[in-house]
Amino acid sequence: MKQNEYSSGVNLVVYRILIYGALLFWAFLCLFPIYWSITTSFKAAVNVMQGHLIPWIDFIPKWIGFRSLGLSPDTIFEISTVREEFLKRFFNSVITSVSASVLAVILGSLAAYGLSRFEYKLGFVKNSDISFFFLSQMILPPVVLALPFLVLYRELALLDTTIGLVMLYGLMVLPIVIWIMRDQFSTIPIELEEAGLVDGLSVWGVFLRIVLPISFPGMVAAFILCLVLTWNEYFFAALLTSADAKTLPVMVASQTGSQGINWWSMAALSTAAIAPLAIIGVFLESYIVKGLSTGAVK
Amino acid sequence: MTTTYIITDNVPAQQKTLGRVIIFIATILLVALFLIQILHKTNTITLGFENWRPTLYGYLLWSIALCWGILLIKGDRGQRALFVLPAFLFTIAMVIFPLIFSVYISLHDWNLSAFEGQKFNGLDNFRALLVDEYYWNSMLNMLYYLIAILFEYAIAFGLALLLNAQIVARKFFRVVFLMPLMLSPVAVSWMLGKSLMEYRFGPAATLARQLGWENPAFFSTPEIARLSIMILDAWTFIPFMMIMLLAGLQALPKEVNEAAKIDGANNWQHFWKITFPLMLPVSVTATVIRIIFKLKLADIVINVTSGGPGGATDTVTSFIFREYRDRSNVGYGTMMAVVYLIMIVILMTAFLNFLNRWMQKVT
Repeated sequence: MKQNEYSSGVNLVVYRILIYGALLFWAFLCLFPIYWSITTSFKAAVNVMQGHLIPWIDFIPKWIGFRSLGLSPDTIFEISTVREEFLKRFFNSVITSVSASVLAVILGSLAAYGLSRFEYKLGFVKNSDISFFFLSQMILPPVVLALPFLVLYRELALLDTTIGLVMLYGLMVLPIVIWIMRDQFSTIPIELEEAGLVDGLSVWGVFLRIVLPISFPGMVAAFILCLVLTWNEYFFAALLTSADAKTLPVMVASQTGSQGINWWSMAALSTAAIAPLAIIGVFLESYIVKGLSTGAVK
Repeated sequence: MTTTYIITDNVPAQQKTLGRVIIFIATILLVALFLIQILHKTNTITLGFENWRPTLYGYLLWSIALCWGILLIKGDRGQRALFVLPAFLFTIAMVIFPLIFSVYISLHDWNLSAFEGQKFNGLDNFRALLVDEYYWNSMLNMLYYLIAILFEYAIAFGLALLLNAQIVARKFFRVVFLMPLMLSPVAVSWMLGKSLMEYRFGPAATLARQLGWENPAFFSTPEIARLSIMILDAWTFIPFMMIMLLAGLQALPKEVNEAAKIDGANNWQHFWKITFPLMLPVSVTATVIRIIFKLKLADIVINVTSGGPGGATDTVTSFIFREYRDRSNVGYGTMMAVVYLIMIVILMTAFLNFLNRWMQKVT
């Protein structure tokens, strides 16, 4: 008996070590590339070539990467064309991704609410058909729309405009919003809304006064998921923008093409490109998990 | 979940007429704008606009008028229709019209950089596509990439189980594990593909050398290059499946686990006999969505290998991207995209049907 307890104790310790070993190993895999690009932005060419890894021990960090972007402490108050370019792309990305996500969340939430509450009938088209129509857009590969949009946008004078990109991104994330919000709305007890109707509110009054506040966290979750997808979008941006509306991923990608890579400035640029979402990931992680979870578990 | 609210259908006749008039006027306006623009573009009349933008405004105006009109005509029912209508009109304009247009383009010999403009050539593009080795090669690559999802799924499941175990700092690990999903694929292609896996001094190459791989070139032989792309893509998307599976694990009823403990089932049996079957629906959802995302894979390939070496890493999307980028060949590129879409729709429908039937049999 005693023997048994002892061995199960040893087993438990081994088991713990294995679990934490695996956890730490994967955490390392997730974090090392980020660590690498942050530190590389402070390395001179020599440090990169020799594969130095640890600041202050292997190499002396310098502001070299961010200086090339005009963002280091000593250049931040000087005029810098690179910084202007970078900031323009950065704000393009912010405006495009935020507006597209807002557009998708508004249109998508309304549609999802309608589909989860009312019965529509238009000829032979019913609710399930409308839902399928929206959700099937997810399967549509961007490449099918890319070239028609290229030609259409040229005719509409929307090529290389933020509005054009916003509409396209809004379309891209709309099915995801509907998918998440439909499940969100179906968890809200219908009695609340019926009470509102009895009190004399219209369906829109009920939606705005009662449903909206309750489902707000769900909308934030959908919004953040949209933000992640639209901020990182590269394919459409690369095809449809050239000068004015170019977003950050396109700028990052265009740097890699040149013959000799400036390691430190590439690293600084990548760091700056991933920083906003990394910060969102740390602080609003629970919303992302919530967004993905609603879709998965019914 | 639907309810039957009491519908008060007492819309005054006058209001109905007003609604109809509004829709009617807006429709005439839109059609007129469209016709004028077509006639202008074909040089029949001089009246018209420089580009099609006013037609877009016309559509927007028409959409608003339609919503307003329906509200006036249908009263309460109109209020309900108004929830779905905006998203519907938006999607119709942005998907159906371009899709029809893309079929039109695909039947033309159309090179954007050529001077002549488009020329109808029927199914010539399709015939060219049938014998285009590179296109079918990229299709085959897609198959390899899809198979990689199985491994991603296994790893994601393992991680979800780890996160679901009794551990300290669960929140910390969850945040860290989620991180790769937040990073832009373009930045990832640089951080991992071009710099960590750099042949001469990237840390990954250095590590590989120390482990005994003499020549750690991650992107120069076809098989290894494809594997590297798979790993890069897996790195960014494993968290996605992991979170969904974790949500599924946490939604499992507690009694199931306790019952198994009393029965004395060991962990391994417990997993295969109880956890895994219960997780099947979530697994299917996560995998299907992952497949959908995988079919769009392009950013990493475009930025790290541009499809090389010799098309070994090309996805359909990245191949068409280069067809346009390098040759401006819109007609042929669109034909490839349309064929890709048709294949996806057919295969996905078949696959989902199969899954449905299989799930019904299992559960």
